Amino acid sequence: MPEKRADSTLEIRDLNVSFIQGEKEANALRGISLSLKRSEVHSLVGESGSGKTVTSTCVMGLLPTPPARINTGEIILGDQDLLLLGEKDRREIRGKDIAMVFQEPARYLNPTLKVGDQITEMLILHLGMEKSKAVDRALEILELVGLKGGKRVLDSYPHELSGGMKQRIMIAIAISCNPSFLIADEPTTALDVTLQLQILNLMLSLKNTLDMGILFISHDLRVVHDISDWISVIYAGRIVESASRETLFADPKHPYTKLLFESIPDADKRGKRLQTIPGKVPDAENIPGGCAFHPRCPIAEEICRTSQPETKDLAINNRAESHTAACHFIGKQWKN
Amino acid sequence: MEFFLFILRRFLRLLLTIFIISTIIFFVIRVIPGDPALVVAGIDALDEDIQAIRVRLGTDVPVSVQYGRWLADIVRFDFGESMISGASVNKLIMERFPLTLALAILGIVLGIVVAIPLGVLSAVHRWSFWDYFGMVYSQMGMAIPSFWLGMILLLVFAVKIPLFPLFGSDSLKNLILPAIALGFARAAVILRLTRAAMVEELSREYIITARAKGLTDRMIRYKHALRNAMIAVVTVTGIQFGYMLGGAIIVEQVFSLPGLGRLFLYAIYQRDFPLIQGGVVFIAVIFSLVNFAVDILYSLLNPKIRIS
Repeated sequence: MPEKRADSTLEIRDLNVSFIQGEKEANALRGISLSLKRSEVHSLVGESGSGKTVTSTCVMGLLPTPPARINTGEIILGDQDLLLLGEKDRREIRGKDIAMVFQEPARYLNPTLKVGDQITEMLILHLGMEKSKAVDRALEILELVGLKGGKRVLDSYPHELSGGMKQRIMIAIAISCNPSFLIADEPTTALDVTLQLQILNLMLSLKNTLDMGILFISHDLRVVHDISDWISVIYAGRIVESASRETLFADPKHPYTKLLFESIPDADKRGKRLQTIPGKVPDAENIPGGCAFHPRCPIAEEICRTSQPETKDLAINNRAESHTAACHFIGKQWKN
Repeated sequence: MEFFLFILRRFLRLLLTIFIISTIIFFVIRVIPGDPALVVAGIDALDEDIQAIRVRLGTDVPVSVQYGRWLADIVRFDFGESMISGASVNKLIMERFPLTLALAILGIVLGIVVAIPLGVLSAVHRWSFWDYFGMVYSQMGMAIPSFWLGMILLLVFAVKIPLFPLFGSDSLKNLILPAIALGFARAAVILRLTRAAMVEELSREYIITARAKGLTDRMIRYKHALRNAMIAVVTVTGIQFGYMLGGAIIVEQVFSLPGLGRLFLYAIYQRDFPLIQGGVVFIAVIFSLVNFAVDILYSLLNPKIRIS
């Protein structure tokens, strides 16, 4: 294993990103802060259009600017702010220190390159390995991601592998340089349920073996439940609630989080009508004033329309762990 | 085994193509007005002479019999003799083919050398100088007729500035100008296609993966995107090459080159049935062979349809 840097956290601070199109400005991220520790899975949960992918793309430094514009914020890795680095330095970090796994492996793998080459090119580029050494390392990585068949798999083209195998290859590529952090953008959404579980378990075991922090992006609270240490709920480009998995599942505070839980089908709700959240996530171009969630919120009052709630830490003094939420009426109940 | 079957299937298809083409051409030239015997004998000839010539040419018997003979001859690769010169059609074609082949190779190489780098450059640096240059070039390439370009090239580079010979066909130097005239328009087509294919590939998801891996722009463009873009480009370039092998009638005419194009053109003027028929079948065979080669190349580039 190559020597690691001493970067134990990846921290996003107050990230504000807009997309500019002609006269229009879409405010995709409105002050996102979250921190990711090594050996920890931090999940970012929200509906589509809430800013999950913009966040991950921005951390990777793959956001095209323009049309995107980073208004404020810092992304701190170790002791440097990634947003201040030039393209060359960022490129050296991509894949090596922070890697990424995507949703649909079939589309995110190059169809005309053998998967072996897709793995070894990173080792050769980032770690300066010789081709033959890189192949040996690639074989080890295949073992790590649970792919048997060694050389034969390396000599395959993506279309010759099954969906689950392709996602394992995607993961193999991502972990090949032993990154400190991994961003997984809905890595199981395109897979069927049995495969989902296998891939989640694989990611968990890799996290432990490789001492890697995972930013896990998902719209599905059930998936997140199985894997996360920490969960942040994102809505319209803001984190509305953030807590450890246990706390969030036991005691969600923000009405949006509560509604998300109520929309999960499970055994307790058998026979009852499944809740859906009325309306949809606002366009980044037309984010409502005040609390962005107020048009869909069952407990919204006048103040929600006019003033944006502060993010408050609800942790009781004697508890070390924080639990933040951004709502004017934290904990207020309502009847369906 | 799979490869062998592939070749066999291809070969059978080639035979079928030849059969269909030869049948079509046989009937088409007989439907076109004009009796070859009259062409040979001249307008003032006596009826008996014309009849004698018809017997010699084999056009005195009913068309069905002629068709039977024609098919029987093709099977033996015997296309008969030219009605006009009396030389064997095979020999006439083989005399002319090397020149056409050389011209086609030179033309396509020039086309590729110009088009692919410029296409890639246009796609990678969209709306840059090179992209506009490429656009202007491809518009011109498609709009300028090759005979006009040929004449201008002759006028400028053979007459005003005598860098190249005005006529003749015995050296490479003689072929440069015609190859430019021929390749200019081909390059325009290949350029547009290369740009479009490259732009499309660069917008595909696997490029995002490549970027997320921290690869350099060079690797992303040339190792990842170009490889995929070439699949479409190779196919079209191959077909263009196939067309060029059939002879470039207009360019050969402008540069007075004795290639296949001119041979067939005169054969048509003179109603030289065997030569026309033989020529068309020859072009069909060559075209099929080029397509076959393109398919093999295509399968090497595109692992999804790899044949063995």
